[in-house]
Amino acid sequence: MKGIFMTPRKTWLMRGLRDGLPIGIGYFAVAFALGIKATAAGLNAWQSTLLSLLNVTSAGEAAGIALLGVGTTYVELAFTQLVINIRYLLMSCSLSQKLAPETGLLHRLLVGYGVTDEIFGISCAVEGHLSPYYSYGAILVAVPGWTLGTLLGAVMGSLLPARATSALGVALYAMFLAIILPPARKSRVIATLVAVSMAASAALTVLCQVLSLTWFTEGFRIVALTVTIALAAAILCPVKEKDEEVQDHG
Amino acid sequence: MVNSILLAILTMAAVTYLIRVLPLVLIRREIKNKTVRSFLYYVPYVTLSVMTFPAILSATGIVWSALAALAVAVVLSLRGCKLPVVAACACATVFLVELIPF
Repeated sequence: MKGIFMTPRKTWLMRGLRDGLPIGIGYFAVAFALGIKATAAGLNAWQSTLLSLLNVTSAGEAAGIALLGVGTTYVELAFTQLVINIRYLLMSCSLSQKLAPETGLLHRLLVGYGVTDEIFGISCAVEGHLSPYYSYGAILVAVPGWTLGTLLGAVMGSLLPARATSALGVALYAMFLAIILPPARKSRVIATLVAVSMAASAALTVLCQVLSLTWFTEGFRIVALTVTIALAAAILCPVKEKDEEVQDHG
Repeated sequence: MVNSILLAILTMAAVTYLIRVLPLVLIRREIKNKTVRSFLYYVPYVTLSVMTFPAILSATGIVWSALAALAVAVVLSLRGCKLPVVAACACATVFLVELIPF
């Protein structure tokens, strides 16, 4: 009960805006690279912008764009989003405990839109119950950064010299490494998991090329490896409550 | 097959939004099952690892610039640098390496 009813909404909103600002700036740079990828895969600038505004998920959008680039089905798209973004399910489960129980349905529907790795990370750091207005503040700076970054990447990506687009191509992957490696340093299980996942992914990619398994697409590989490896890890090394605090979101 | 980009975007958005919002709306008590909790906890690490490697090697003009960027991103991430810093330095590395005439 502490905090939320004593602190005015405006204060929570300002806090969210303040904590969300660095996230918005970071999103802008990463989304720029995503906009370039989207254009290369055949989406126009408005489709790319709408994609980012409605999805707000780097890994999910990158996978979706990759699938759309090579041709896919609605079912494969939906299933890929489900598997790649299933982590949001756990984050939302955790946030559902963080919100005051009397938080209304509309607030819950709006807070849900902004559950990203980074916004979840700052939301967890809030002491006591989470005010929806904190999330709104973070969303109000993070989502425009993400969406405008995508738009500019889609529009200006083609104007940039090939060297610059080549350089921006690694931005997303660098961001993924910045998300997974700090926790890997603190936990041997996560470090092993990251190494095994990358090795298995490389092996499967080479195997598919050698055997010309064209039906075994990149999206399919992501799904298959994620379910297999994460499930094996869950059975072999079940997480203890205190380990979950190791996770360092962005 | 996908014949409308708009419908594809809406499909992705619907799935992603439902994943995010359903637990907030429906579940008010904690998940107790240890295996399910552990599985969900490990998923982002596996997914992001699988997506990053080996795909990063073909993300740039030449493999050497990608390898250099990978090395820089790994070192900076392990040193605890912030996300935008890691991304910017990796991009700068690619740009500089590709200036070298091979």
